[in-house]
Amino acid sequence: MAIETSTPSAETSAAARGGPAHQIAGVRVPTRSLRSELRAIKVVWKRELIRFSRDRLRILTSLMQPFLFLFVLGTGLSRLASAGTHGVDLRTFVYPGVLCMAVMFTAMFSAASLVWDREFGFLREMMVAPVRRSSLVLGKCFGGATVAAFQGVIVLCLAGLVGVPYAPGLILEIFALQVLLAFAITAFGVMVAARISQMQSFMALMQMAIMPMYFLSGALFPVSGLPQWLSILNRIDPLTYAVDPMRRAVFAHLDISAAARRALDPGVTWWGWHVPTLVEAAVVALLGLVMLLIAIAQFSRAE
Amino acid sequence: MSSPAPAVSVNGLLKSFGEVEAVRGIDFEVGAGEIFGFLGPNGAGKSTTINMLCTLMRPSGGSARVAGHDVVRERDGVRRNIGLVFQDTTLDGYLTAEQNLRLHAELYGVPREAVGERLRQVMEMVGLWQRRKSLVNTFSGGMKRRLEIARGLLHSPRVLFLDEPTVGLDPQTRSSIWSYIRELKSREDITIFLTTHYMDEAEYCERIAIMDQGLIIVLDTPEALKASVGKDRVQIQTDDDAAAIAALSERFGIEATVAEGEVTFGVPEGEHFVPRLFAELGQPIRSVSVARPSLDDVFMSYTGTTIRDAESSQLDTRRNFARMMNR
Repeated sequence: MAIETSTPSAETSAAARGGPAHQIAGVRVPTRSLRSELRAIKVVWKRELIRFSRDRLRILTSLMQPFLFLFVLGTGLSRLASAGTHGVDLRTFVYPGVLCMAVMFTAMFSAASLVWDREFGFLREMMVAPVRRSSLVLGKCFGGATVAAFQGVIVLCLAGLVGVPYAPGLILEIFALQVLLAFAITAFGVMVAARISQMQSFMALMQMAIMPMYFLSGALFPVSGLPQWLSILNRIDPLTYAVDPMRRAVFAHLDISAAARRALDPGVTWWGWHVPTLVEAAVVALLGLVMLLIAIAQFSRAE
Repeated sequence: MSSPAPAVSVNGLLKSFGEVEAVRGIDFEVGAGEIFGFLGPNGAGKSTTINMLCTLMRPSGGSARVAGHDVVRERDGVRRNIGLVFQDTTLDGYLTAEQNLRLHAELYGVPREAVGERLRQVMEMVGLWQRRKSLVNTFSGGMKRRLEIARGLLHSPRVLFLDEPTVGLDPQTRSSIWSYIRELKSREDITIFLTTHYMDEAEYCERIAIMDQGLIIVLDTPEALKASVGKDRVQIQTDDDAAAIAALSERFGIEATVAEGEVTFGVPEGEHFVPRLFAELGQPIRSVSVARPSLDDVFMSYTGTTIRDAESSQLDTRRNFARMMNR
């Protein structure tokens, strides 16, 4: 140690460093209010955006999968499937599913950052702040949803390349649906991340949840005429209720034969009842909300 | 210490994790404006105590008030009034230094008009103003620690908790961290509460509590603690150590041993003893050295072991456990 005396005075050390000895203006931290909670939500949200914009590699890599599905798999399989699609481009058919995939993966990675935050200690900084845990969780979910929705917008820009028209109404509807999905998936991820402290376990768990969810959802096949076991699993899968309304919106803007419409866009049914778009959207919103509440409860309980 | 409202007051505080009692009922007070240190080996219960005071852990028993607020019933009141610097970094490496601090200001609701000015002051104080636009990932360990201190101060806390603020840093950085801490005290109306297992750092505190195995063993100023050991250490070199030891025992009634190749013994007020030693020992003395008791000696006299030995024996069991709990 450079300091050998046992009781050195602060003044001499400040002088020795040549630092100015001016008084630091104190600030007062106000008591908790709605305004301070909103500030907390906003700053946690903003942090997600800053981090996302820094991570260009992530933006690129998370677009990789949708591109592969859409242009490689879609183009390749369309030769096989042309008989069954009644002249509709297979890529147009899988487009809603691929969009959902881009959103899901980005939302999942956003939620995963919570596990990193815990591992790298940053979570502690947030947990000791004089704000409600619910504000932190809300900020995180909004942030993840925003980032995922942005990723969705990039895929949305590609619509024209696969025969989906750029109709303002259609784009708006798809956008609204993907924002909803982004929020629900982030809430799901945050709920899982609340209990998991290791990245490997989180990733393994998410893979286990996301892949079956994706394959069962009808993102890659029409949901009518399925074997019963698959039909049941498909109706249980929450993602079904995000993919189906998107596809319905896309097909509403296509000029195709009635046979093609029946084969490719049969719509989800519950015991023969054709589930309307609004109900489907409500299912996704409700699930997202429930998971958000669970996540909040878990974080509020944590010490 | 004579302040009417203590910054921290603790009564019978307990924390157990299942079978293990990490903190076994401690009482103490820290006066406003004091630099107060917790000294003890790893696993002594220092971090657990700090975590309870910072509302990060619920006590199993007892009570504690920080800045006038109860740590269980008035968590928010405590949180608004404390700054924290943890052992492990809690910065976001993907944000710049300034973004980390601004995020903190928002979380703590620092008035918008005050943020800019305050930010500049705390960053200048730790010498990082020039680096404010750099990503924290590019910072060295010492810079990160300094930034954390600046962040801990951003909302003008009444009590700043520093958990092992210099652990893992090189000696030069350690000493600069200490100069910030002491400068801070001269500038701000703040109480500083820290833990350390470095003896030399405990010397900078106004009062220290020595903690071992979940209990406070003794609490006093470093000077008083050293005085309580009572004896200075005297070492002499002679031509005939055995004869010198015999003479010491015979003429002064002092038990001496050979340590580090020299005849070593403890006496009160060593300097005053030296003239008598030369006059009355009757053996030629080649050299003599007198050392004041160090906190090492203090730790030794209260716990019967040196802090290093205490650490190596506890390290495996308790540290792993503490790490598990601190997740």
